[in-house]
Amino acid sequence: MQHASAHGGEAVNITSGSYLVGFGLAILLTFVSFGLVMTGALPQSATIYAIFAAAIVQIFVHLRYFLHLDGSAAQRWNLIAILFTGLIIALFVGGSIWIMYSLNYRTMDPFSVCTPGHWIPGSLW
Amino acid sequence: MSTDVFNEVDTSAEEHGSSETAATAAFGFWIYIMSDCLLFAALFATFVVLSHSYAGGPTGKEIFDLPYTLGETICLLLSSASYGFAVLSMYRDSKRQVLLWLGITFLLGLGFVGMEINEFVHMVAAGEGPGRSGFLSAFFTLVGTHGTHVTFGLLGMLVMMGQVLTKGLTEPVRSRLMRLSMFWHFLDVVWIGVFTVVYLNGVR
Repeated sequence: MQHASAHGGEAVNITSGSYLVGFGLAILLTFVSFGLVMTGALPQSATIYAIFAAAIVQIFVHLRYFLHLDGSAAQRWNLIAILFTGLIIALFVGGSIWIMYSLNYRTMDPFSVCTPGHWIPGSLW
Repeated sequence: MSTDVFNEVDTSAEEHGSSETAATAAFGFWIYIMSDCLLFAALFATFVVLSHSYAGGPTGKEIFDLPYTLGETICLLLSSASYGFAVLSMYRDSKRQVLLWLGITFLLGLGFVGMEINEFVHMVAAGEGPGRSGFLSAFFTLVGTHGTHVTFGLLGMLVMMGQVLTKGLTEPVRSRLMRLSMFWHFLDVVWIGVFTVVYLNGVR
């Protein structure tokens, strides 16, 4: 009964401790993100990097402690599916943003230049 | 490599007999969740592209209330943890505790949806509805789609509480509880993206 699909089937390794650790880490990362933006403790660009880094870490925390996704053999296909999904998302979200910013950049009104500090991928090419 | 994997699936199915269907169903549901990820990814891409198309309307900084969003986030996080405890109670075969934790999860989820509806109603009343600008169209579509998912998760919870109550913790009921749990945790993962990309990045 421990065929662990992404969600553990009847996996034995799920304990209340794992949920509490996951919850603790998740709430900590959430507070760090909101705290950084609400207090403005860091310069703007550092804040952006920090909140996105915290979000990515928090997504991994949720996958590990709430969805119980790990590298075990029983979950190989779950892992392959999510990695492939991640690749597709990176391609088409990244691609869309790149293309649309590039388009905006090339067709924009020169006087309403985008706010400095924004990374505009299109402007690089 | 692929034969390897197929063998593994075969042996585990033999070993675990009755849970084979549940495991297959869980994997199928995982694939559905991955496709739902793509749906959300498309909406996130749309939002990011339109995130500065204010058309003279309000900006994120003007309309978002971060402490309020933090409240929604905590509701959803607590509900993820409490669903976890419902699953643990299921392993312990405690029908009463499963119902209790599902009930708590439901109320927290309801709190989240309630807060979101309240936010939407206030925005629309202030003339900041989805028709105001590209930014707001994308905002309502992305956040609204997530909220709709959460609402369906709540319906699922009502149905499952009914099933636990009437059928008890049978194999099919457990299998459904596990899939609803995947759905619920997945929605919390999407929300991390929403509060970071939409709210925090919109206000900073």
